[in-house]
Amino acid sequence: MSSPSTRVEREVTVPNKQGLHARPVLRFVDLASKFDSSIRVCKRDTAVDGKSPMEMMLLEATQGTVLKIVAEGADCEKAVTELSRLVSDGFGEE
Amino acid sequence: MKMLDFVVRNAVIADLQATDRNGVIREMVFALANAGALTEADSEAVFRAVAERERQGSTGFGKGVAVPHVKHAKIPRMMAAIGRSAAGIDFAALDRAPVYTVVLLLSPPEKPDEHLQAMESIFRHLQRDNFRRFLKQAETTQAILELIEEADAMPAG
Repeated sequence: MSSPSTRVEREVTVPNKQGLHARPVLRFVDLASKFDSSIRVCKRDTAVDGKSPMEMMLLEATQGTVLKIVAEGADCEKAVTELSRLVSDGFGEE
Repeated sequence: MKMLDFVVRNAVIADLQATDRNGVIREMVFALANAGALTEADSEAVFRAVAERERQGSTGFGKGVAVPHVKHAKIPRMMAAIGRSAAGIDFAALDRAPVYTVVLLLSPPEKPDEHLQAMESIFRHLQRDNFRRFLKQAETTQAILELIEEADAMPAG
């Protein structure tokens, strides 16, 4: 059988005024942890583990920051779709 | 920014008495009041604001640490209290594990950049495994302050 793609990446811009502060980070990590795929989040040349809240905090993504979400694994497509939607929706914040 | 620039030394509690999340937040806010950093009258409003924000979304980052924080008009300048619980507190943390170290950060609303730099400094320290482990074991205020001073002196990255 043909193997599905196991690596997907997508760029998203942080839209909310407060940026990627504590609570959005925790929401992101919470969602990321539900997937089996590994999740990397990159800002320019910094890449961190999307399942580690402390690393995510250190990204210091503010409003307008472009993040690249990279998922590798069987459910990478679904992971990138749901995670980039969470970011582009501004984490449900203003 | 160094953590000791904004940690109130007299609000570093090596042995938290409270055993639940709101109790711990209250104990730490009132430690800042007792240290003279907040007025008694404003403490109640600040406590309620932190507790409410925490109810909306836990700041329990996992690995035994929580960083409750709020920006509030009653806060005259940026300040932090540190609390350690030997027993562990249920903070509804991301990994559901008990929290042993709490860093409470309070900022005035008009200085968001300062707040961000302070959060960055806190997380730079907290992401070090050794820092978290030694902090969990620190039994006195002095020991906690020494750990922070050491971490502050380390190069970033």
